[in-house]
Amino acid sequence: MASVASVDNQGQAHRVEADVLVIGGGPAGLAASACAAESGKRVVLVDDNPSLGGQIWRGAKASAGDSGDSALWRDRVRHAGVTVLTGTRVVSQLAPHVLLAERDGTGNGTAVQLRFQQLVLALGGRERFVPFEGWTLPNVMGVGGLQALVKGGMPIRDRSVVIAGTGPLLLAVAASLRHAGARVLLIAEQAPLRRLATFSTELLRVPAKLRQAISLQASLYGIPYLTGCYPLAAHGADGGQRLHSVTLRQGSRTWDLRCDYLATGFHLVPNTELAAMLGCSLVDGVVQVDAEQRTSQPTILCAGEATGIGGVELSLIEGQIAGYAASGQLQRDSQRAAALQSARLRWQRFASALNACFALRPELGELAGPTTIVCRCEDVRLGQLDGIDGIEGWRAAKLHTRCGMGPCQGRICGPILAQLRGWPAESIRPPVFPTTIKTLMADFTDR
Amino acid sequence: MTEPSMTEQVTITINDQQVTVPNGCTVTGALLRQGVDWGRRSVSGDPRGPLCGMGICFECRVTVNGQTQVRGCQLLCQEGMQVRTDG
Repeated sequence: MASVASVDNQGQAHRVEADVLVIGGGPAGLAASACAAESGKRVVLVDDNPSLGGQIWRGAKASAGDSGDSALWRDRVRHAGVTVLTGTRVVSQLAPHVLLAERDGTGNGTAVQLRFQQLVLALGGRERFVPFEGWTLPNVMGVGGLQALVKGGMPIRDRSVVIAGTGPLLLAVAASLRHAGARVLLIAEQAPLRRLATFSTELLRVPAKLRQAISLQASLYGIPYLTGCYPLAAHGADGGQRLHSVTLRQGSRTWDLRCDYLATGFHLVPNTELAAMLGCSLVDGVVQVDAEQRTSQPTILCAGEATGIGGVELSLIEGQIAGYAASGQLQRDSQRAAALQSARLRWQRFASALNACFALRPELGELAGPTTIVCRCEDVRLGQLDGIDGIEGWRAAKLHTRCGMGPCQGRICGPILAQLRGWPAESIRPPVFPTTIKTLMADFTDR
Repeated sequence: MTEPSMTEQVTITINDQQVTVPNGCTVTGALLRQGVDWGRRSVSGDPRGPLCGMGICFECRVTVNGQTQVRGCQLLCQEGMQVRTDG
């Protein structure tokens, strides 16, 4: 069991020590922490949401629609004696084996010092947004974003929703929204039909995914699914108070659709910021790992979407490998290691096919005009960034505008400017998430 | 919501008005359930609403129990919580 020292609800800092510290409570983190703890190691699992499950298994309990084995892994984590800290967000590194985190609690952040022997980063991914005129209107949300907000209590029954973006998430969310009583008017997938048809042969190789696809199709019966279809603009009512309609394009056809909500998201980008801040090497925008999920930093492992977007099955396998490796068990059972590594290879192939299928079409890079906001935090429009070339990129943008300097710390606009202007991601400086001075100044010495 | 128990309710205040929501509802969920414009504006004054639902975009930020810049989408409502959107 992990030791949790000086737990104090009066706002005093407290310290946590672990043999294996796991950051991120989605599929990869659940698998890593369970596997590490089952060997008797002290394992602490940290997540910034109120419950475990990450994005794909969001919610305090497993839901009927959850893919994979949400309930099974939650139970394994519980039975293995993992210490779970939810509502807790890592902000910086205090020393080689020490991280600083903030617990929100009732909204008054408390500082937490996390000490570890081995660190597993299971940071997940976030949605990629593609800007177009009107995308900042209220009720335009991410695809996973809309689902997360509905799970968090936003009413959706009888409201009309257009889902426009790319990736398997569109279908999963459409099914989930329909189950919650929403009227899903249309699903617009930007990938062309011929590419999706190629992907379907990939599905045939993986029976579990094919079964999933078939059952998903059944629950989506009656909802138009248009391929090669993407949003051109969103339009507001009441002086821009909220979304009123969306303009869609498919081939040469363009039309408007009245809707209450637009769920728009274009696949996922890996959350690599904490890994980069800790000195882990990235290659092609993902955390570089070896066969044991070890990063370039000794004592730091990484599993799941942060090592490359690949879906829940791959995340679970990478999480298991990382959990066994971090607790020194991986090589003790060579049969199990081999089985996991060959499963990982299979799912990596599937993930490559998936990512190729849902690559963004060039037209999406032309939806934003000079007046389209590309940095939401600071209201910077694309036209303000004219004349700044790829080499100058972020440095020049930050000198001339406040692009990328808002609270999201470039998480929304970074991928946007990478897509539109080829600007590479910047180096990370702590804090990796906005935090309070009180947390940064927390005193962890004994009194 | 994934597991609402309608017999379990939580009462919070939003800008000094009492609001009751199902236990398990987030602060952002509670705000959205009221169906009013809570005045979230961009730096140039445009109306905004939550986008990412996962604590990244900060469009959902509110003041909770005096603490500013709290992401409402990641915080469960607790009995007696005081939320302000006019800070």
